[in-house]
Amino acid sequence: MRFRFTQTAISAHGARQELQHLSAGGYVSFEGWVRDHNEGQEVTRLEYEAFQELAVKEGDRIVVEAVRRFQAVDALCIHRVGALTLGDMAVWVGVSSVHRAEAFEACRFIIDEVKHRVPIWKKEHYRNGNSGWVNCERCAAPAQHSHGEHHDHIQLSVLK
Amino acid sequence: MTAGVTPLYGLILAGGVSSRMHRDKAALQYQGAIQLDRAFELASRHVEKVFVSVRANQVSDPARARRPLIVDAFAGEGPIVGIRSALAAFPQSAWLVLACDLPFLSDAAIEVLLRERDPTRFAIAYLSAHDGLPEPLCAIWEPSAAAALAKYQAGGGHCPRKFLNSHAARLIEPSDRRALDNINTPEEYAQALEALETAAPKQLKIQYYALLREQAGRSEETLESSAATPADLYKDLASRYRFTLAREQLKVAVNSEFSDWSRKLKQGDAVVFIPPVAGG
Repeated sequence: MRFRFTQTAISAHGARQELQHLSAGGYVSFEGWVRDHNEGQEVTRLEYEAFQELAVKEGDRIVVEAVRRFQAVDALCIHRVGALTLGDMAVWVGVSSVHRAEAFEACRFIIDEVKHRVPIWKKEHYRNGNSGWVNCERCAAPAQHSHGEHHDHIQLSVLK
Repeated sequence: MTAGVTPLYGLILAGGVSSRMHRDKAALQYQGAIQLDRAFELASRHVEKVFVSVRANQVSDPARARRPLIVDAFAGEGPIVGIRSALAAFPQSAWLVLACDLPFLSDAAIEVLLRERDPTRFAIAYLSAHDGLPEPLCAIWEPSAAAALAKYQAGGGHCPRKFLNSHAARLIEPSDRRALDNINTPEEYAQALEALETAAPKQLKIQYYALLREQAGRSEETLESSAATPADLYKDLASRYRFTLAREQLKVAVNSEFSDWSRKLKQGDAVVFIPPVAGG
């Protein structure tokens, strides 16, 4: 499976090693972090839960599709569930590829699709004591346009 | 039974040749019972005595032989002979006539016939929801029909449907369009089996996540439900638990795979309603 969950801190370093192949000339990763505000509210912590049985299947389909579509060498996505505090890494995506362009595109594709398709839910707890399930309570609209819950932190390493 | 009151008997028509089904329709099984027996039990709940109409060469068939029989007593073909034979066997009696191949026929539909019956007419029958023609094999035939049917057959008529259309009969619309669906081919039989299975109560395992888990006050439950589809099931549960999410905001999974809302639920299915997701 190229998509998995963890209850504990994501080890980006360990995950990156899984993507090292001699045929790959580049590697792109994305990390989603818990930040201290969202849509005008001060966020203090988050809870993630997932329908894991289906989520790993759907997540794996996304990663496999990205590798095929962008002709990447390898890709992996790890999502954390449970209680997270500010600064924690909630999701990690890594892609290795022959040239850099495919890795950027595949990485972007994976995180976008994971946000829209994989049955994972996030409950935000706010400074004022309130809490809410993102996309379910504060905004009644369906999920397809949810962005920006995290700093989008793209890290590029070119392996020479 | 007081003198002067017309008794009402039941007649199950199972004499057909089942040519399109390629097997004896009376012996087709639904929910563990052959349809001859299902029709017999259905009629028995509404009338004092029930008979099975047979051709002379069917009297020793085991499924029929254990029931009281009325053997065709007139020349000719088709259900008109069975109906006439019953009217001749008990000339004082009216007959609730039922074909055995109406798997969706309900007690409610029979009750309407009994209530709306008009003894001054030859019969009361439903109009088919499909072709608008009378259905003579889900009908109550009055004793007065005996002579009229004899005359009609003597004049070359053989179709009880046409008889009802051209004689004094009370014709009513069924409230359930499917109640009179008859089953003539193996394909129709397969569809009817599936439809009856879907409508039957079944055990379903429901898992709740996120907002739905909080509103339901539980993360899973096993329940008995007759909901045919996930859409029906969500409607039931949304009203039970006062879910605030509209069905249009959700997706649904059955047995750990995304599913259509109109999929037919089966015994033992595991259903998960998926609120708007927010991974990443």
